[in-house]
Amino acid sequence: MSDRPATTNIQPDLLAKALTRGGHGGWLGMQYHAHGDGWVELALPWKQELVGMEESGILASGPIISLMDNCTSMSVWTKRDAFVPQVTLDLRIDYTRAATPGSTVIGRGECYKLTRSMSFVRGIAYEDDPDDPLAHAAGVFMMIGND
Amino acid sequence: MAEEQVNIARRLPPYARGLGIEVERLEGHAPVLAMDFSERVQGRPGYLHGGALSGLLEMAAIAALQCELEADGGLRRIKPVNVTIEFMRGGTEQRTFALGRVTRAGRRIANVQVEAWQDDRDKPIATAFLNIALRD
Repeated sequence: MSDRPATTNIQPDLLAKALTRGGHGGWLGMQYHAHGDGWVELALPWKQELVGMEESGILASGPIISLMDNCTSMSVWTKRDAFVPQVTLDLRIDYTRAATPGSTVIGRGECYKLTRSMSFVRGIAYEDDPDDPLAHAAGVFMMIGND
Repeated sequence: MAEEQVNIARRLPPYARGLGIEVERLEGHAPVLAMDFSERVQGRPGYLHGGALSGLLEMAAIAALQCELEADGGLRRIKPVNVTIEFMRGGTEQRTFALGRVTRAGRRIANVQVEAWQDDRDKPIATAFLNIALRD
């Protein structure tokens, strides 16, 4: 086979559905939003149970970390075009502004570099405007069980 | 449960209660927070989700800082600026603990280190470092 499209083995929309059916992603209510070459977007709708400051209704930052962990890890599979077991080595989140109470947050994860076992990622979390992110993320994933 | 411990539990936000986070005990001023394994915190089958673990770390960091500020003359408004998490071991299907340590609380910024472990305290499963902005 030649001239295959960038991803053929991985369908991020179906993968996201499978990964958010139960478990932590399911409890958070994470959903597939969009994807492209080496990037994936997941959506996190606002809900009371995820609030970090009761008075303000602002989402806790923990759900934003989970959102960025999931969308960046999916961006790796999309870039590798394979569902490989991997672990998060580290993840850094910069909170550039507070989330807007009641708004759905979109996490956009991008894998910008692959080596044999490491995958380097970055991402943003935003609401309506990708040029006004509420958080930036950077991290590294390591493939496991594949030496 | 000591009164101080009840106050710390009362301060935990809806998100922490949703994850099932509890105040296990106090060590000095800072609380050891604990979170049982459940479907809600599971990532890949049989393992703790890195995000749920990060949530526990962040709650322990904030709780440690609040206790330190309280002991030091009163609560202030706090706002995480950033967090860096390092994952050392996969968390398995058991109770997870976390304890924060305030390395410095200045006028505008606090630096907090926090560690999470499961059955063996000498084998942390993750650590995190937070910069937290302080406001009156």
